[in-house]
This record gives sequence, C-alpha cells and structure tokens, in this order.
Amino acid sequence: MERKIYIRILKDRLFKIFIILFSFLSTLPLFFILFHLIKNGISSLSFEFLFNLPKPVGEKGGGIANAIVGTFILILVSSFLSIPIGVSAGIYLSENKNKKLSNVVSMLVDILQGVPSIVLGIIAYLWVVRPMGRFSALSGGVALAIMMLPVIIKSTEETINLIPESLKEASLSLGVPYYKTFLLVILPAGLSGVLTGILLGISRIAGETAPLLFTAFGNPYMNLNIFKPIESLPHLIYNYAKSPFPEWHQKAWAASFILILIVFTLNILSKLVVKRWKVRF
Amino acid sequence: MESEILKIENLNAYYFDNHALKDINLKIPKNKVTAIMGPSGCGKTTLIRCINRLHELSPGARVTGKIFLQDKNIYEMEPMVVRRKIGMVFQKPNPFPTMSIYKNVLSGYNLNGIRLSKEEEEKIVEETLRKVGLWDEVKDSLHKRGTFLSGGQQQRLCIARAIALYPDVLLMDEPTSALDPISAAKIEELILKLKENYTVVIVTHNLQQASRISDYTAFLLLGELIEFDKTEKIFTAPSDPRTENYLLGKFG
Repeated sequence: MERKIYIRILKDRLFKIFIILFSFLSTLPLFFILFHLIKNGISSLSFEFLFNLPKPVGEKGGGIANAIVGTFILILVSSFLSIPIGVSAGIYLSENKNKKLSNVVSMLVDILQGVPSIVLGIIAYLWVVRPMGRFSALSGGVALAIMMLPVIIKSTEETINLIPESLKEASLSLGVPYYKTFLLVILPAGLSGVLTGILLGISRIAGETAPLLFTAFGNPYMNLNIFKPIESLPHLIYNYAKSPFPEWHQKAWAASFILILIVFTLNILSKLVVKRWKVRF
Repeated sequence: MESEILKIENLNAYYFDNHALKDINLKIPKNKVTAIMGPSGCGKTTLIRCINRLHELSPGARVTGKIFLQDKNIYEMEPMVVRRKIGMVFQKPNPFPTMSIYKNVLSGYNLNGIRLSKEEEEKIVEETLRKVGLWDEVKDSLHKRGTFLSGGQQQRLCIARAIALYPDVLLMDEPTSALDPISAAKIEELILKLKENYTVVIVTHNLQQASRISDYTAFLLLGELIEFDKTEKIFTAPSDPRTENYLLGKFG
C-alpha cells in the first residue's frame, strides 16, 4: 500500500514536470527566431533603414520605407474591403442559427479558411489584375481581404453569440428598429470582441507573401496609389532573401524583424482592446 | 368594470406545433395592476410577449386573434409603434451595458432618433428617476454605467427606461424573481405607485405577490385562461375548482 502511493506521487510529479517542460519547449522557437532576427538584422537597423528607399546593389545604405508604407496600405485596403462584409456576415450567422442558408454560409466560411493563400492570390489575379490589365495594391488587398474574412466572420459571430438575448429584447421593447438595435446596442456591447477579431485578422495577413506575388507584385519605389503595383514587407523579404547578395540578406533579416515587431504590436494591441472595451453585463 | 385599455380577443399563440395559448379573451382595465399567474409553462410570459409583439421574434412563433389597444388592433399596427406605447420590464435586469445611467433612462428617445433639448433631457431623467425612487441614490453618479448598480437598482433603472417613454401600458415579466427580498419589496411598492399613471400587467409565479399588489388577477393553466376576476375574489372565492387547487398548492 505504502509503495503504491509512493508510485502515484511519483507519477504525479512526472506528469507535472512533463507539461511544464513541453509548454516551455513550445515557446522556444519564438525565442530562437527573435534571437536570429536581432543578431542578423540589428546591424542594418537604423533610422535611415526605416525612412529611406532601397538602393541598387553595391550602393551603401538604402532602406525599406516603401515596403513598410506598402504593407500598411495593403492592410488598409484589405480591412476596408473585409470589415463591413465580415462583420455583417458574422451578425447574420449569429442571428440566424440553424437556418439552411446560414448553415451553408458557415460551412463555406470554414472551407474558405482552409484555402491555401496562393490560391487566393490566383483568384485575385483573375478577378482584378486581368480585367484591370496591371498589377496593383488593390488586387493584393482583395486577396488579403478574402484571407481576413473568415477570421472576422467567426470572431464576430462568436462575440455576438455571447451577448445576452435580453439586451436585444430590451432595445426592441422600446420600439427601436432592428438595425438600430444592432448598430447602437449589440455591436457596441461586443466591440471588444469584434475589434480583437479584426486585429487578429490583420496580424494574420500582415506576413503573407504568396497572395501578393502576382497581385501587388512589388515595387522598388514609393507608391501611394492603390491602382499601381506596391511593395510589401513579406514580399521584400522574399526577394532579398533569395538574392545572391549578402548585404541584401542582412536587410531581409532586418525587415523580418520589423515585420515581427508589427505583428507583435497588433497582438498586444488586441489584448489591450479586450481590457479597455470589455463590457460587463 | 372600469374602462379597459387592452382587449384581447381569441388570441392563439404557437411555437412551431406547440399550441402555447388557446383562445384567450381578456379585458385589462386602465390604471390598475393586473397580475397573470399560473404554474411554469402555462403561457404567462407568452401572453405578455404577445401584447408588445415580442413573441413573434421567437423561432417558429405564430399568432392568431386580435389585441386592441384602446380601439386599435395592435396586429394591424407597426410592431415598433406598438412597442413604444407598450413598455416592458424583464425578468433579469438588463440595462444597456455601454450606456451611463443618464443615457439608459433616455435610451428610448436616443435610440429612436427623437431629439430632445438639454433641459428636456434633464427634466425627463430627474422626473423618471424620482418616480422609480432612484434619484436620491444615483443623482451624483448619473454618468456612471448602469451596470455598476445593484440588482434591485438596475431593475428600477430598467423600469425608468420603460416609463420614460410614457407608455400606455407597462408589461412586467416576473420583475422581482431575480432580486433579493428587500429589493423585491421596493419594486412592489413602486408598482403600486406606478398605477396612478400607468396600466401595469405583471406576470408572477409568486402568489403572495399577486395578492399584495394586483387589483385583478388572471389564472392561466396549460395555455388556457381559467379565470379572470378581481384579485380579492380570486383569492377568497374562486369560481373554478382548478384555481382553488392551484391556490391551495395542490399543483404548480
């Protein structure tokens, strides 16, 4: 009997050690990534790197300002396209459970989430690039917007599912029309969830390269026109990393560091948003 | 009987195949408190949700029959218009969590796009909060969120929100069942005061409550209206044996 209990305690301890060990292991890759990025990129990081345009190989200096601006423009374009559609679809899904159309939509959203990003790039190429006759930030934004959609739809749906039905009835019972009930009562109450979904969607697309290869295309110059090709951080990293020039490799490391920093900031921001706009029912 | 404000004629309500209310005929008198009592699942809540047309929002809901508010059939009016004339207070306090106490009271105006001047706003807020006995408790924290109040205060805020629109009828769906006894007593007191200006229809499964606050009582059983009369009569000499059995606690 005594022995048996001793073995049980031992197993308990072992189990605890294992889960701690493995959870620590799962964070290791991130530390390695950060370590590498800082080690290899820090030498290129400078004020100039952030605010200058790229220079040809061989010339000293040069930066990635066009890619940083481009990434933000792409994020803006894709958010502008996907947020209204995604939030509306999320509202529809949570308001019409177990109806045929909403079940179909919900299933399609799940499938859309699994579509490889390169395929979305091809779709945007066929839909936007071909008819317009040129690569553009807009087409890249379309590809990224399709990627963001499922994240926004699902998070909006889940957020609104959590808002008590009684809140909606309170508003309706005052004679408030359905659309105002949603826009002025339900959405504000779920703002933190919806915003978090949007930020997570953005951080998901911020690092995408594949959908941009034949849509946004890349551009060594500063471009603010969404109807023209545009550079982006992931695309710049891709180009620099596969080049044969060691100094470009270093710039790719530094650009990766910046990209991770942006995604990291978005994640922290989404945590803050949850705290700030959390609504007590 | 005094003048009636609501007249329900042959009302039937369904959820899918479930026949929840069967041929209800009821006249609700003006400026009185009418209690609707009955065991769980008898259709009390469905009945008052038919009166402000919230019932039809439930999945599978259907209604036949007529309900007249004064002389107009509410089923021929726009639901939004009906709901502005017939206010509702729910079982659980549900103030708008994103709004301050001040905004909660005015929400019926603000959400409906009715513009008020600053003076009108302040007048309505003070007057309504005084009516529900909340003014002295919250006058210094009007711009704090309503959800920080206690449960009983929240429920009085919800009543304020409903009566701020000066409805003809105030429906209450077990308004005290989620509250502690002291808060519940305050709400009961308030209901007695409210009937000077409003007609109150209150659903309750608490018999003592019905006998304490109501002038008229309707007894529902399995979707049928068994008896409707002066509360005094129902509680002392009911004419239907089923009412008597219910009051004696033989079922329900």
